[in-house]
Amino acid sequence: MSIVFFAIAGLSVAGALAAVTLKSTVHCALALTVAFAGLALLFLELDAQFAGFAQILVYVGAVAILVVFAILLTRGSETPKDGVYSTKWLLGLVTASGIFAVLAWAVLHSTWALPGAGGAPKAAPQVTVMDIGNALMGRYVLPLEIVALLLTSALIGAVIVAMHEKEGAQ
Amino acid sequence: MTPATNPLIGYLLVAALLFAIGLAGALTRRNAILVLIGIELMLNAANLNFIAFWRYGPHPELLTGMMFAIFSIAVAAAEAAVGLGLVIAIHRHTHTTDLDQMNRMKG
Repeated sequence: MSIVFFAIAGLSVAGALAAVTLKSTVHCALALTVAFAGLALLFLELDAQFAGFAQILVYVGAVAILVVFAILLTRGSETPKDGVYSTKWLLGLVTASGIFAVLAWAVLHSTWALPGAGGAPKAAPQVTVMDIGNALMGRYVLPLEIVALLLTSALIGAVIVAMHEKEGAQ
Repeated sequence: MTPATNPLIGYLLVAALLFAIGLAGALTRRNAILVLIGIELMLNAANLNFIAFWRYGPHPELLTGMMFAIFSIAVAAAEAAVGLGLVIAIHRHTHTTDLDQMNRMKG
């Protein structure tokens, strides 16, 4: 537990809070980028360099841009007159707070069972990108192929769903 | 064992907080795109748990948690693309992204 961890965690949580509470949708998307970048820094702090840079490439680079595109294409940047929160917002807030309370209680009451409770900090695992590549091409080759298929079908599906329908083309 | 001596607890609490924030966003906002933003935050919180358990677990050299997080990132990217495509398609038909007005299938 270092000062670096608290700074990065605070940045991520502040970005996430801003992403779900700000009024303007474009501001929400920009705050979401801050939250994603904070999470990437947390991954790097956990010595998961590959996952951290994948997070930056995929989330900060692609998903955030996709969200901004969707907001601009749907003219969602105009703030609605009758508020940004749903009519049942109180129920949702109570549900989310309850789930956080249960999760935090479970984490704080199972500290004896968690790994890393030995006291002395563990040395960082030495994992190179070569090891990850070997694992992806060896033990995890079937999930890798399935993800490739999923990404292809998702790409085609998203294009078909969002494509303009021609008039009278049935 | 206090959080000061086991850094894993700090990461788990941050992940739980991010998950709750994402869930609150998904349940309380009216705009469909902001609901998707909340879902992305929840997926990211789960990824943080995977990486934290990989780092402090007994066998980090097996790369299990890291691989799960990488595949989870890929699946989340596919989900975001299809979800935002659906929002754009709905907006073309109804000219709104307000979820409170999407009640056409209500009996």
